[in-house]
Amino acid sequence: MVARTPEPVQVVKQRRDDALAAIVAAIPYIQFLNVSFERRGDELTAVMAYRDTLIGNPALPALHGGAIAAFLEVAAVIELTWATAWAAIEDGTLTPEAITSGHQFALPKTIDFTVDYLRSGLPRDAYARATINRSGRRYASVHVEAWQDKRDRLFAQGTGHFLMPDANSAKAV
Amino acid sequence: MTKDNRAIAQSFIDAIPHSHALGMKIDFVGDGEAHMSMDYDERFIGDPATGVIHGGAVFALLDTCGGAAVISHPDHNGATATIDLRVDYMRPASPGQRIRAVATCYNRTRSVAFVRAVAMDDREDKPVATAAGAFVTGG
Repeated sequence: MVARTPEPVQVVKQRRDDALAAIVAAIPYIQFLNVSFERRGDELTAVMAYRDTLIGNPALPALHGGAIAAFLEVAAVIELTWATAWAAIEDGTLTPEAITSGHQFALPKTIDFTVDYLRSGLPRDAYARATINRSGRRYASVHVEAWQDKRDRLFAQGTGHFLMPDANSAKAV
Repeated sequence: MTKDNRAIAQSFIDAIPHSHALGMKIDFVGDGEAHMSMDYDERFIGDPATGVIHGGAVFALLDTCGGAAVISHPDHNGATATIDLRVDYMRPASPGQRIRAVATCYNRTRSVAFVRAVAMDDREDKPVATAAGAFVTGG
């Protein structure tokens, strides 16, 4: 067996970051909410940077429940998309250009989403991580946890079910 | 509801920065029921392949409408907050069409209000989404 030279670290990082950036940039509502993603290997953390337009109760003040729900749903959809596309991104069959063009790529569709508002969202940055608890051919079940200051003090959590894109329309699946 | 009441309700919604940013309008509010709407906007797109609005924007409309229904109940004083809300997405909203939501506060206790809501586009017979949730009543 011939030993293969490992890829240079910057090549690996660039490929993953470019693919993630292409997925995120494709969805206008993610920009509207001011959400970005931080990546460590395949682990993603969604970040909703604070803006005054995210406020739902100006008297407290507190983040809008709808903004929190959308943030959690975005984190779930991107995690699911990222996880299913990972192998194709790594072997180079799914390029950022293909993601942007949308021809080889489709997003999962939300069947239902439930948000549990544990405490009011403070006027500062929020973070979320999603866990795929079931990933089948037809649908997936995803849980999301969101926090602000302390990781183990959640201010919201959500669970959603998502219809997976048709295997014919998305090479990534 | 009189025109004055609707103007008051609209100014209340306009004072909520996120609802204002999404362009939410009050169409009716009173006695534990609220009707709201949100125009189609390309910034709200969730699926670029189809131009369909993001589920999160529909969720935000249903959540706001649910809160308005709770506040509009004759027994209610002050603000409210969502305890939990579940949204079922029945079908994609047709791109370009305004989304309307109708929320009803169908039961209230001293501390909790129960709400059901539905979202529609131009096809009123087939809902885009339905929602059910609990909201805080009073202090």
